[in-house]
Amino acid sequence: MLVSKVKRWLTALAGTALLANAGGAAAEWKLNLRQGVTSISQEAYDLHMLILWICVAIGVVVFGVMFISIIKHRKSKGAKPATFHESTSVEIIWTIVPFLILIGMAIPATKALIAMEDTSNSDLSIKVTGYQWKWGYDYLDEGVSFISTLTTPKEQILNQQDKGENYLLEVDNPVVVPINKKVRLLITANDVLHAWWVPDLGMKKDAIPGFVNEMWFNIEKEGTYRGQCAELCGKDHGFMPIVVVAKNEADYQQWVTDQKTAMDADAAAAGQDWSMAELMERGEKVYNTSCAACHQANGEGIPGAFPGLKGSAVAAGPMDAHVQMVMNGKAGTAMAAFGGQLNDIDLAAVVTYERNSWGNDTGDLVQPSEVKAAR
Amino acid sequence: MSTATTHDTHHEEHPRGLLRWVFTTNHKDIGTLYLIFALIMFFIGGAMAMYIRAELFQPGIQFADPQFFNSMTTMHALIMVFGAVMPAFVGLANWLIPMMIGAPDMALPRMNNWSFWILPFAGIMLVGTLFMEGGAPAGGWTMYPPLVLQTGNAFPYLIFAVHLLGISSIMGAINIVVTIVNMRAPGMTMMKMPLFVWTWLITAYLLIAVMPVFAGAVTMLLTDKFFGTSFFSAAGGGDPVMFQHIFWFFGHPEVYIMILPAFGVVSQIIPTFARKRLFGYSSMVYATASIAFLSFIVWAHHMFTVGMPLTGELFFMYATMLIAVPTGVKVFNWVSTMWKGSMTFETPMLFALAFVMLFTIGGFSGLMMAITPVDFQYHDTYFIVAHFHYTLVTGSVFSLFAAAYYWLPKWTGNMYDEKLGKLHFWLSAIFVNVLFFPQHFLGLAGMPRRIPDYSTQFAEFNQISSLGGFAFGLTQLLFVYIVIKTVRGGSKATDEVWEGAEGLEWTLPSPPPYHSFSTAPEVK
Repeated sequence: MLVSKVKRWLTALAGTALLANAGGAAAEWKLNLRQGVTSISQEAYDLHMLILWICVAIGVVVFGVMFISIIKHRKSKGAKPATFHESTSVEIIWTIVPFLILIGMAIPATKALIAMEDTSNSDLSIKVTGYQWKWGYDYLDEGVSFISTLTTPKEQILNQQDKGENYLLEVDNPVVVPINKKVRLLITANDVLHAWWVPDLGMKKDAIPGFVNEMWFNIEKEGTYRGQCAELCGKDHGFMPIVVVAKNEADYQQWVTDQKTAMDADAAAAGQDWSMAELMERGEKVYNTSCAACHQANGEGIPGAFPGLKGSAVAAGPMDAHVQMVMNGKAGTAMAAFGGQLNDIDLAAVVTYERNSWGNDTGDLVQPSEVKAAR
Repeated sequence: MSTATTHDTHHEEHPRGLLRWVFTTNHKDIGTLYLIFALIMFFIGGAMAMYIRAELFQPGIQFADPQFFNSMTTMHALIMVFGAVMPAFVGLANWLIPMMIGAPDMALPRMNNWSFWILPFAGIMLVGTLFMEGGAPAGGWTMYPPLVLQTGNAFPYLIFAVHLLGISSIMGAINIVVTIVNMRAPGMTMMKMPLFVWTWLITAYLLIAVMPVFAGAVTMLLTDKFFGTSFFSAAGGGDPVMFQHIFWFFGHPEVYIMILPAFGVVSQIIPTFARKRLFGYSSMVYATASIAFLSFIVWAHHMFTVGMPLTGELFFMYATMLIAVPTGVKVFNWVSTMWKGSMTFETPMLFALAFVMLFTIGGFSGLMMAITPVDFQYHDTYFIVAHFHYTLVTGSVFSLFAAAYYWLPKWTGNMYDEKLGKLHFWLSAIFVNVLFFPQHFLGLAGMPRRIPDYSTQFAEFNQISSLGGFAFGLTQLLFVYIVIKTVRGGSKATDEVWEGAEGLEWTLPSPPPYHSFSTAPEVK
């Protein structure tokens, strides 16, 4: 264990040296703010460059004077100290000049800010909900809803496998939006604070439980844009990415139709009776995306932080209480209410899975119809 | 001391050994205790920083689970802010203010003892949370609800540690105000006080103004968690954003609490080694007061992304930009002090010069973040991490190093090892930039702060930053060695110590007598 860790470190160290030699040909070495793909991100970039150059210019003057002084006015060169020590006119000048420069910065900044905060006349509204630790999306006009979670395998995170191209920035269900449309996001959260941020879209906004924030973007180029949660939200804050796919209008409409077909199929399936094997299979998937972050894949939890489900009073106790716990959560803890996140099939499947895994052998089977009745 | 009267020798008597430190009411002893405490906490917080940089050395999870990483970032910040930087400046104030204003001691010596001795208990309580069920606090040092309410058994200990630290700070601040207002030597008018005294007077008022606000905010967290209130819970009619408003109403003045005394230190050191009076003394005083005033009306620039009304965003953007004016005045005055001086470059001066340059870089990134429409991109990324480490490490901490080298010969009577001091400076100055400069690039490229693992595009700069971090951390052991060596011996320092030094503290012998000025000096 230790040896492999040390080895890995040495390889990484050697890698750094190599990179330095190769002039970073293989690496990205991104130095500057992204220009992005929206009018907002372009405005932010332009302002960033303007302020940066003003700062550089001021820096050159101030540090220039300082270094001239350090080089010329040193005792070892026989410099004799002057005696001047105040000048009201100089003080007034270097109060007023920076003030004027600031006004010069404030004017374009104000214009940009007013444009960014104008969420009116949008073509499409999507409600974004932050959960610990995934994102939920509801297309308010189309009636499409889904949850978006990280798909990077645990093995890559634990350094047991090579990391993929989009390591930590890949999800199962990306947000799909049409290009050249003003998309308005209505952002909220279910448990703690989160923040929705895709750098290329030029804006981030906090997701706050009980409040709805707004932001907008209008993507000009088809493509896939990746971002992350930007507000500390607990253990897996670093593992709830955002992926936005911008498509042309026709492809977008096709995607909406596909989503609706899939949702209708699910709704129909919820009315049927499911077999144990079907529920267990689906339940394992749901468990791994929605529950395993805290309760762990082996059901043992993290002692002191998150309780285990293996042989627990809830998962091996009365079934009604178990369903209620998953659906409504537990106040004052990190246990969220999954009733709003998961559909009847997923809830039924995950409860069934938890009651029949890791040595829990209640043999209980929960049907989607029972979950529906319990809501 | 053949001239000492029996009365004086009576005052020189004090318990020996450990009890001397427990019962001491002497400003020098208490100053020393504060500084030692700060140094210990600096290394505890620093060890946590090393853990953070080791975890971030390459993509993937290297050591423990992400929850522990979150505890480390949270505890690193709490310990560095409340355990290292603030107590270190209070320690300097204790040592220096009576000597600078011609007083025998602080005005309220017993309270002084108490305000120090609360600290170790608060510190132990805070560090002790690491061993509690549920782990140490992991919701960030800003303690935003609802996340902080998910803290395990550590939660009440966190709140009470903060209360204790706050009580200690308020008492320390009251003592400093009372001392400065009442105990100045005859002839020392307010506008003749050394700038270090001025900056601490203003800092003390900031502390008294905002620490109770902070105590109120964390008490509301406590009642939300245990007594069924809903101050910060929307479900119960409260507002989680209200906590952020209250926190940053404390938090922004708090960051100036950590930098104003640093301005004071640098304003003492630069004139000494430039052998020229400080340029624009009165405008320096007014600039400090302006910064303190502005610190109360800019708090929401920490929360531009919470969804404020447009007018609110505009107000806080303009107010924040204004801070650049008095801060600029200070930098211009320091540079003008150097201009046509006769400079030498002993270790304190080197740290002071690095302070002026690197703090200004931190100021530039601060100005950039004031621009709200771009801050939407910078907010909560490594750009802000780089920004506040430039102001806090190359700002506050560098000024503390400068102060230590500058006054250590006065305090101990021994000169420090100049060669080692310079080595400490150059290693620190180089590695701190290797550590923090690449973090600007990481933030701009889109790396959020407070994440234990990152996309592979950020790997190179994180690796460089980590290497710089390890080297910077190791370098600080050299500082401890230099301090111990100086305390134990070395060439004897003169009373004036530095050729160009001016001020009452340099008229006392090195080391100074137990009670600084038994007879008040006359200031002309």
